[in-house]
Amino acid sequence: MIAEAGHYALVLALALALIQSTLPILGAHLRDPALMNVARSTALAQLLFVALSFAALVSLHVTSDFSVVNVFENSHSLKPLIYKITGVWGNHEGSMLLWVSILALFGGLVAAFGNNLPLSLRAHVLAVQAWIASAFYLFILITSNPFLRIANPPIEGRDLNPVLQDIGLAVHPPMLYLGYVGFSISFSFAVAALIEGRIDAAWARWVRPWTLVAWIFLTLGIAMGSYWAYYELGWGGWWFWDPVENASLMPWLAGTALLHSLVVMEKRNALKVWTILLSILAFSLSLLGTFLVRSGVLTSVHAFANDPTRGVFILLILCIFIGGSLSLYVWRASALKQGGLFAPISREGALVLNNLFLTTACATVFVGTLYPLALEVLTGDKISVGAPFFDLTFGPLFVPLLIAVPFGPLLAWKRGDLLGAAQRLTVAGVAALIAVAVLWAWTRGGSALAPLAIGLAIFVIAGAFSDLAERTGLFRVPLVTALRRARGLPRSNWGTMFAHAGVGIALIGIVCETTWNSEYIGSMKPNDVARIAGYELKLDGLTQRQGPNYREMAAQFTASLDGKELSTMTPSKRSFTTRGSTTTEAALLTRGFSQLYISLGDLGGDGVIAVRIYHKPMVLLIWFGPVLMALGGMLSLSDRRLRVGAPKPAKALRGLQAAE
Amino acid sequence: MTRKQRRLTMIGGSLAVLAFAAGLVLYGLRSSIVFFSTPSMAAEQHILPGKRFRLGGLVQPGSLVCRATSVTFDVADGSAKLPVAFAGSLPDLFREGQGVVAEGALDASGVFRADTVLAKHDENYMPRDVADALKKQGHWKDDYGKQVSDNVGAPTTCEGRRVTQ
Repeated sequence: MIAEAGHYALVLALALALIQSTLPILGAHLRDPALMNVARSTALAQLLFVALSFAALVSLHVTSDFSVVNVFENSHSLKPLIYKITGVWGNHEGSMLLWVSILALFGGLVAAFGNNLPLSLRAHVLAVQAWIASAFYLFILITSNPFLRIANPPIEGRDLNPVLQDIGLAVHPPMLYLGYVGFSISFSFAVAALIEGRIDAAWARWVRPWTLVAWIFLTLGIAMGSYWAYYELGWGGWWFWDPVENASLMPWLAGTALLHSLVVMEKRNALKVWTILLSILAFSLSLLGTFLVRSGVLTSVHAFANDPTRGVFILLILCIFIGGSLSLYVWRASALKQGGLFAPISREGALVLNNLFLTTACATVFVGTLYPLALEVLTGDKISVGAPFFDLTFGPLFVPLLIAVPFGPLLAWKRGDLLGAAQRLTVAGVAALIAVAVLWAWTRGGSALAPLAIGLAIFVIAGAFSDLAERTGLFRVPLVTALRRARGLPRSNWGTMFAHAGVGIALIGIVCETTWNSEYIGSMKPNDVARIAGYELKLDGLTQRQGPNYREMAAQFTASLDGKELSTMTPSKRSFTTRGSTTTEAALLTRGFSQLYISLGDLGGDGVIAVRIYHKPMVLLIWFGPVLMALGGMLSLSDRRLRVGAPKPAKALRGLQAAE
Repeated sequence: MTRKQRRLTMIGGSLAVLAFAAGLVLYGLRSSIVFFSTPSMAAEQHILPGKRFRLGGLVQPGSLVCRATSVTFDVADGSAKLPVAFAGSLPDLFREGQGVVAEGALDASGVFRADTVLAKHDENYMPRDVADALKKQGHWKDDYGKQVSDNVGAPTTCEGRRVTQ
């Protein structure tokens, strides 16, 4: 009954989306406020029905109703409650339902909080949202219905893929989808602007908070996914340049560029056409990411969905939306009026540089991800493009970008003073040089690249602080005055500082982890001691344990440093009986920002066990950096200017509205 | 600067960055990509020792030999097989009779020295390259995945073998 109700709610949501995608546009055309307002009520109703449908699927999973195929294939009655819930989106059908739920959520939010938007703009935005929603409802109902029943219900389910039975699944996909789908709002705004042929600084001010929200979630989602892969897969790697990871990195790069170009548009009314294009690209890349992951076209560690009909359907959605929006762009972009002028050396110029490097980096990831597919289609050759390619192309593009980062906020709008900015960055530059020199002396004989890269990171971090010190007059005026000024500083300035510092911090983590990590791979008997990076790890013994739906072999290690006992670590290997598969649960010991990492291999006949032990210096900074970036994003979001909204439509616009 | 000069500076700068990136991409695609091959393709093409490639196929049942920190096994695709040596521990989902992709190079004696071995996170999963290659050669059975999971009783991993010994 619940399954049928959920299915029915989804069909109703589709019907509402179809209404929402047509009537408001007609209303805008006829200038009929009643018809335009249909968008608002249908968007809210749509959200209600999708939420009901999603709740139905969750309740089917929680009650372990194995008469539903989706539950049977992905659940087990002994599975802990949290994984019964997260298992809802640990499979293809459920994750697509989560995708549309989030889409409806964003649509509902625009409907609920978009009261200050011009009526016709809101109608258009919500209509475009409904086009996307209709396409995905159709996709779910036709190819991936999660509510299908089995004729003869089995007594027990086949359990969720054990790798996914982890708290990471509770956080990573919803975060990532909030990011992916969040870009649909800027996409809808861009398409609406193209349809209306009108765009101004107020438009940028409306779009900016939505883009920021999406970007914050995407940043956190990617970082979370990376940390999950790090501790769950048992290889100690945190980024594999896997196509699925690239699929999330591409919208992130485009979205980061979009955030920066929106600033130019809001403040200076320039770069309009480019901003529209970026809005379209960011969401197109999100759709591409969904396609890559969901269609199973890639040989990938994440590919747990494999079905060509679905692939063709999503490819069709992809072509219609990307092709359609880009055609509309080509057709209408020239109608948008060009805005303010600026010199190449200026804040605008710096932001253009940022956009240039970010989109170029995004393009290289795009080529590296799709080239193997294209080559296979064209010539039949099978190749894999891996980390060496991305290291080679990504690195050289990011170095100049990072050097430029501290300069940007110090340049004035319109016409900047590069020399002045350089002078104000002297302290940061000196700090960076000292860091390079000290590290060089300390690691003599080692890699020369690492100290330089860390110097660059220090420059970025110190540069972010210099900007703040400059704005508050720190060290030049009495501390009290500086503090008072700091309190009065717009939150978006703080946001910029935290986000930029976060980039530098992540870079330090990446460089330290890749350059100075040490590993021990060997087999150990109880009471054997492994030595790594000054730590001693003694294997005390092996025990068998029984978990709710698995058997577990755990090893106890005692970690000590200089003869002092620190703590015990218990890595384990779990065998899931239902699926006949195993997972490796690594044990982590955090010391400052560094971690010791133990994962177990196979058990030998005479109590010998294969182990992999890693010491990863500063590894936590890799994820601490993105968290700081997201924090910066949140600070910007809480800026009074955006919070109060203060979006005053341009005068011409208001005049038009009054005439309606 | 006039408006035209400004615009030219911007366009020139953008083109320079794009050209630089295009150069990097072309160089990267030439130097750092890895080709995929099955054992029979490897036999036909006479791949030179030391040339890196990805080897995909099914782990030949009964060929897995486990030592303390290294393993050897054969990768087969129905018409040919290739011995593989791997130092390190195998992924959790590695099984005899299952699809596998190994990356590495041949040594002088014709043994494939793998530095990474990938098995996928699904017991029914077969690497797509492997599935395609097998289909092409007519060795594909629709119930490959099922067959393997029905077969859990027989020890097909190092661990399973040691436990039953």
